[in-house]
Amino acid sequence: MELKPETIEKIDRLIPRYPVMRSAALPLCHLVQEDQGYLSDEAIEWIAARLELEPINIAEIVTFYPMLRREPTGEYHVRVCRTLPCALGGAYQTCRRLEEELNVKVGHTSEDGKVTLEFVECHADCGKAPVVMVGEREYTDVGLEAASELAAKIKNGSL
Amino acid sequence: MALEEQRLIFKHIDAPGYTRDIDCYLKHGGYEQLKKAVTMKPEDICAEVTASGVRGRGGAGFPAGVKWKFLDRKSGKPIYLICNADESEPGTFKDRQIIHKDPHQLIEGMLCSAFAIQAKLAFIYIRGEFFEGYRILEEAIEEARAKNLLGDNILGSGYSCDIIVHRGAGAYICGEETGLIESLEGNRANPRIKPPYFPAALGLYQCPTIVNNVETLCDVKHIIELGGEAFSKIGTPGNTGTRIWCVSGHVQKPGYYEFPCAALTLGQLINDVCGGLKPGRKLKAVIPGGSSSKILRADERFKGKLKDGTEFDWGIEDIPMDFDSLAAVGSMSGSGGVIIMDDSTDMVEALANINYFYAHESCGQCTPCREGVPWMRKVTARMCAGEAREEDADLLNGIADQIAGRTICAFGEAAAWPVQSFIAKFKDEFVEKAKEQASRRKEGKPAATETTLI
Repeated sequence: MELKPETIEKIDRLIPRYPVMRSAALPLCHLVQEDQGYLSDEAIEWIAARLELEPINIAEIVTFYPMLRREPTGEYHVRVCRTLPCALGGAYQTCRRLEEELNVKVGHTSEDGKVTLEFVECHADCGKAPVVMVGEREYTDVGLEAASELAAKIKNGSL
Repeated sequence: MALEEQRLIFKHIDAPGYTRDIDCYLKHGGYEQLKKAVTMKPEDICAEVTASGVRGRGGAGFPAGVKWKFLDRKSGKPIYLICNADESEPGTFKDRQIIHKDPHQLIEGMLCSAFAIQAKLAFIYIRGEFFEGYRILEEAIEEARAKNLLGDNILGSGYSCDIIVHRGAGAYICGEETGLIESLEGNRANPRIKPPYFPAALGLYQCPTIVNNVETLCDVKHIIELGGEAFSKIGTPGNTGTRIWCVSGHVQKPGYYEFPCAALTLGQLINDVCGGLKPGRKLKAVIPGGSSSKILRADERFKGKLKDGTEFDWGIEDIPMDFDSLAAVGSMSGSGGVIIMDDSTDMVEALANINYFYAHESCGQCTPCREGVPWMRKVTARMCAGEAREEDADLLNGIADQIAGRTICAFGEAAAWPVQSFIAKFKDEFVEKAKEQASRRKEGKPAATETTLI
């Protein structure tokens, strides 16, 4: 596993800030995932070694936290909030529209590897439901029309 | 007539020309309270916070001053302050605004609090989905450090404190303070049993630790500015300060609105502040304090006695928005997330949606929760898939009763309360759904499986 120099630099700066090294486990998972796209066995072993832990100590947190992934996502990672306030605002219909237009079932990655579509739980912006995230960017008030526009931009790569 | 908001925490949020950088914050009197705080005696700040009567804004509504009093100051171990910015109770979106639009207010509130409890290191545990919020806080902390408002020897006072922003990774249970601490230690966020693990005595790294919500820590800044006594005059006795009500669901103008506690009723919030329901719709139910709080039915009468002995007889729209009134009607003001449902809402589907959430978020540590909550999810999912049974309502209630009170943390209650209250208030709809589906089967029609909320 080859990490980018800036990732290594961030890791080296971060670890000594914590009074106990193990506290850096979750932040390191984030940094390595951002660098690699997901957390492979090799990545888990690398993080464990860096923090002087056993691989199981990292594996158990990777399997606990929903945002940590064992597999890469598509080029576009689309997360639709499905929790009650968003659902009252039409999130399920929004997701169905995205499924149709992106040609991918929710919970899956499209065959061409372009889009991963997922349901997620509350993103804490319930006043602007439905909420959709694409990568790290949040889109709010994503009704049917906005969903179609979002899908079109994803398809032609302009997002 | 629209009611005027009275903004304290959100004073500058969305104000024209107000930006989140430190220069703008300083121009608006920022960090003056920190300057004042470091000249005070730490115990005097604690006394002001106690006098203010401010109650925790994260959900439980526990008085912050009392929480601080529990702090073990004699252990000789380092003391830590943690800001709970996990904001994950469905329906709540106030902390996001503070972090995105006025991060220095939080930092100042935290530094004042950290000084009061003599913590040399503080953490902001921010939910993982707040990618931008995380970057904003990191930037704000460096801005404050450059001006010697944070870090070593703050403003020449001899007091030093640093803040680390620590990202979560999508687990609701990290909002529970001992789960949060476990997570911060690099473990799965399995909550700890209390006693003995009260954070004020045995918290982070088994050291005395105070965990407060974002809004509560911002309140501390205003308590120092106004004085505890004056702060306690906002709102009503026992329900002091302002609350930021986050309104979502079926209203014309969902959003965040700040009012003194008890300054308005639920009806005024829905009709005057949020522009009422969508045209032609009628109010059906309200979840007043985040999705785990017990649901209120629009046509019920709420009768009983308040803490001070006064009797009340309210319709849903008469309920004053404060901690004690919402508790008196059998629910809670929780995190301030008010979810409004109109008469288009299918209550079985709404509960199925909530059950899905809690089943997804159970940490799996305690058997009643790990097994019971997914079981409730399965029952409500089956009901929505055309296979409802008349006895399902009682089954659900029975499962919920076996979870609440039998788990290490309050998640058991958080998952059980929606089920118990939906069945208590809307059992008729659960039974009706089963009957309707049975009659369809009798007529040889295919099951109705079209749903909107699950």
